Amino acid sequence: MYLTLKVSHTKHNKSCTTNRTPGEYEMNRIRLRNMEKEQSGCIAAITVGGELGRRIRDMGLVPGTQVTVQGRAPLYDPIALRLMGFTLTLRNKEADFIEVEVEK
Amino acid sequence: MEATVALAGNPNSGKTSLFNALTGARQHVGNYPGVTVEKKQGTCLLSGRRVEIVDLPGTYSLTAYSLEEVTARNYLVNEKPGIVIDIVDASNLERNLYLTTQFLEMGLPVCLALNMIDVASKRGMEIDTEALAVSLGVPVVTTVARSGEGKEVLMRAAMKELDAPGLPPSIPISYGEDIDRVLAQMKQIIVKGAFLTGTYRPRWIALKYIEHDEQILAQGQQADAAVAGELEMMAARLARHTEDTLGSSPEALIADYRYGYIRSILQRGVIRYTGGRNRLFISDRIDKIAVNRFAGPLIMLAVLWGLYNFTFTFSELPVAWFELFFGWLGGLVQTHLPHGLLRSLLVSGIIDGVGGVLGFVPLILFMFFGITLLEDSGYLARMAFMLDRVFRVFGLHGSSVMPYIVSGGIAGGCAVPGIMATRTLKSPRERLATLLTVPFMNCGAKMPVFALLIAAFFARHEAVMMSVLTLIAWTGALLVAKLLRITVIRGPATPFVMELPPYRLPTFKGLVIHTWERTWQYVRKAGTVILGVSIILWSLMTFPALPDSRIQEFDQQRQTLRAAEADIVAESGEDSPTSELSDEAATLRRQLLAVDNRQAEAALRYSAAGRLGEALERISGVAGFDWRTDMALVGGFAAKEVIVSTLGTAYSMGRVDPEKSGSLSRALTDSPNWRPLTAFSLIIFVMFYSPCFVATICIAREAGSLKWGAFSMAFNTVLAFVLATSVFQIGTLLGF
Repeated sequence: MYLTLKVSHTKHNKSCTTNRTPGEYEMNRIRLRNMEKEQSGCIAAITVGGELGRRIRDMGLVPGTQVTVQGRAPLYDPIALRLMGFTLTLRNKEADFIEVEVEK
Repeated sequence: MEATVALAGNPNSGKTSLFNALTGARQHVGNYPGVTVEKKQGTCLLSGRRVEIVDLPGTYSLTAYSLEEVTARNYLVNEKPGIVIDIVDASNLERNLYLTTQFLEMGLPVCLALNMIDVASKRGMEIDTEALAVSLGVPVVTTVARSGEGKEVLMRAAMKELDAPGLPPSIPISYGEDIDRVLAQMKQIIVKGAFLTGTYRPRWIALKYIEHDEQILAQGQQADAAVAGELEMMAARLARHTEDTLGSSPEALIADYRYGYIRSILQRGVIRYTGGRNRLFISDRIDKIAVNRFAGPLIMLAVLWGLYNFTFTFSELPVAWFELFFGWLGGLVQTHLPHGLLRSLLVSGIIDGVGGVLGFVPLILFMFFGITLLEDSGYLARMAFMLDRVFRVFGLHGSSVMPYIVSGGIAGGCAVPGIMATRTLKSPRERLATLLTVPFMNCGAKMPVFALLIAAFFARHEAVMMSVLTLIAWTGALLVAKLLRITVIRGPATPFVMELPPYRLPTFKGLVIHTWERTWQYVRKAGTVILGVSIILWSLMTFPALPDSRIQEFDQQRQTLRAAEADIVAESGEDSPTSELSDEAATLRRQLLAVDNRQAEAALRYSAAGRLGEALERISGVAGFDWRTDMALVGGFAAKEVIVSTLGTAYSMGRVDPEKSGSLSRALTDSPNWRPLTAFSLIIFVMFYSPCFVATICIAREAGSLKWGAFSMAFNTVLAFVLATSVFQIGTLLGF
């Protein structure tokens, strides 16, 4: 199994949406797996280490990156994401380790 | 002095196009020492100067996790190319620069090729190359690799950088206060202890210790255990500290800071967007349909069917030419050499054997052309995306689909290109499981065997049987893959994390080069061993020859027949076809032929292969096979269609053309040794037993060790035997 590290990025979180006054939007943190098609959000934390963690980060999924769910494969898995102008796919199981801040 | 330039960059950044544009036809493919990663090299003449160009494997990063990345890294460190040309996709700058930061960390001289600049401007991006060059401290040149635009300027810039004296200036990236502090401390220790500094830069070594890089940790332990221990302790202490204060591992922080560094550069006016950044491009619009839940699978089926038809329809004619050529060659030898061992060796051994394998070349050429087209256009990645959920159940990867299809997933392919097609799979365990199971598919060479047996015993259910056999092959292959993945190739699934590259129209030049390269590799691999194996198999079926007394027996029979009236004998010896002869002469000719065929059967039975068959009969009897079948199966190791011709000889049918086996199928129906259950048991055995020897060699080469080739032969044969025996015994019990 992947080495699971307890990681949370709350303390040095570079927020996507700048100039936001507190309380203006209700932000909600969910797992990437649970995002819907066309829904956008901002990566809040990657909760896995080891090879998987490294791969996810190397592809640009680091806290602060804006992602949009582009769609899902015909059998609902894997999931296709749009970030930084390219399309990335990953399995739901892998998307479980990615926490995203989305607007409520 | 000859200069060496390494081409590096992300997959889909246009690296291969640039390599082709720079080197043209002056390139060759080899392997990096000890690994199965392809190494492409070529030369480029630049105002009279010869420049050696090495195309590194396309990677997103330089971790120690994947073979490609380690290979690229080792090459850069050990071979010390004069300069690294880093090809970045201008329309996807942010992620592409991630690899660039890692080259800079290594302190390598880098020249940036800002490729696909045309796509970027079409997407509404303006890039200030000057600003980018200043921020990164490396020369930046814009290129369009597809058309070769900018390649001269790029090479000139690279040469200028290469000739510049002194070490390249390194811009240290900051990874935050905590990590930077420890990095500095570690660097001191490394410099003082001259720890691995002959190979790597001190700061980079320190960084790898903090990242917990397996390769560097192992090298460090070997070089100086004391210093290594100290560094490991410092890294561990740092890890605990960042976990406590920032809730994050140093490795994660370093990746974050690399992207932070890139973003800070890009935001400093390097890149300007006119129009929305994540708006839908043509590619995304195609994907709305191409990977749609309903239309997607249908389109995929159509594409597969198209590829399949393309390959087998278009290769039919050239394959026939090859067969014609080898047939002509065989005929030539047949007529010009006297009857004897040498002729037999040349015709039945070498020409038939080598011809059989080289006959695949056009098929493979077309197959690779089709695959290259799908790969270069970006559709292959979509297929992997759509099918991953299915293949994952069996411990495979979405990209496994292509090798299976090519090998005969739709009955009639060939395992050899299938095995070679597994190269598109980047996950090592999934790839191995795929290439070990693709030979179970019903390839074109197994088809004549199935056709023979179906015609003989299941003639009324032909179509149903073929579909059932395809289903059995898929089920078997996938279940065995699963079995392998939980036993000998155990291990977690490699992360799927895969890019869906934008659709691109492949360039003709790229297609041709790529197709030729793969085909030539097949010819070389198959060609080097085939001769030896052909001769061995021929010897097995020829020696020991029948003793003289037995040969005299057959001669006697011929004499007796020829004792008939002289004019009939003379007539039967003429070249005219049997139908034009008088009844007596025709009968005589048939009788003489029958004697020849009986002699061939006797000779075969007397040969080493025949004896092996008889010896095996005791074991194979439980699966319902007699010595004739056993011997045919031994011959089938050369190529599966040999099973039909060997059975033909064994049943005194003379040379049986695998395509026209009607008489043989009648002989089988009439034989007391055969019933439908026997035929079905044999079908199962042929489907699953050892891959033919060309496929076995390909497996050994692609898996990187002879061990896997041997494993395939042994494991598949045992599996096939167990399955066939179960079929036969259970069937017998049930009264079939």
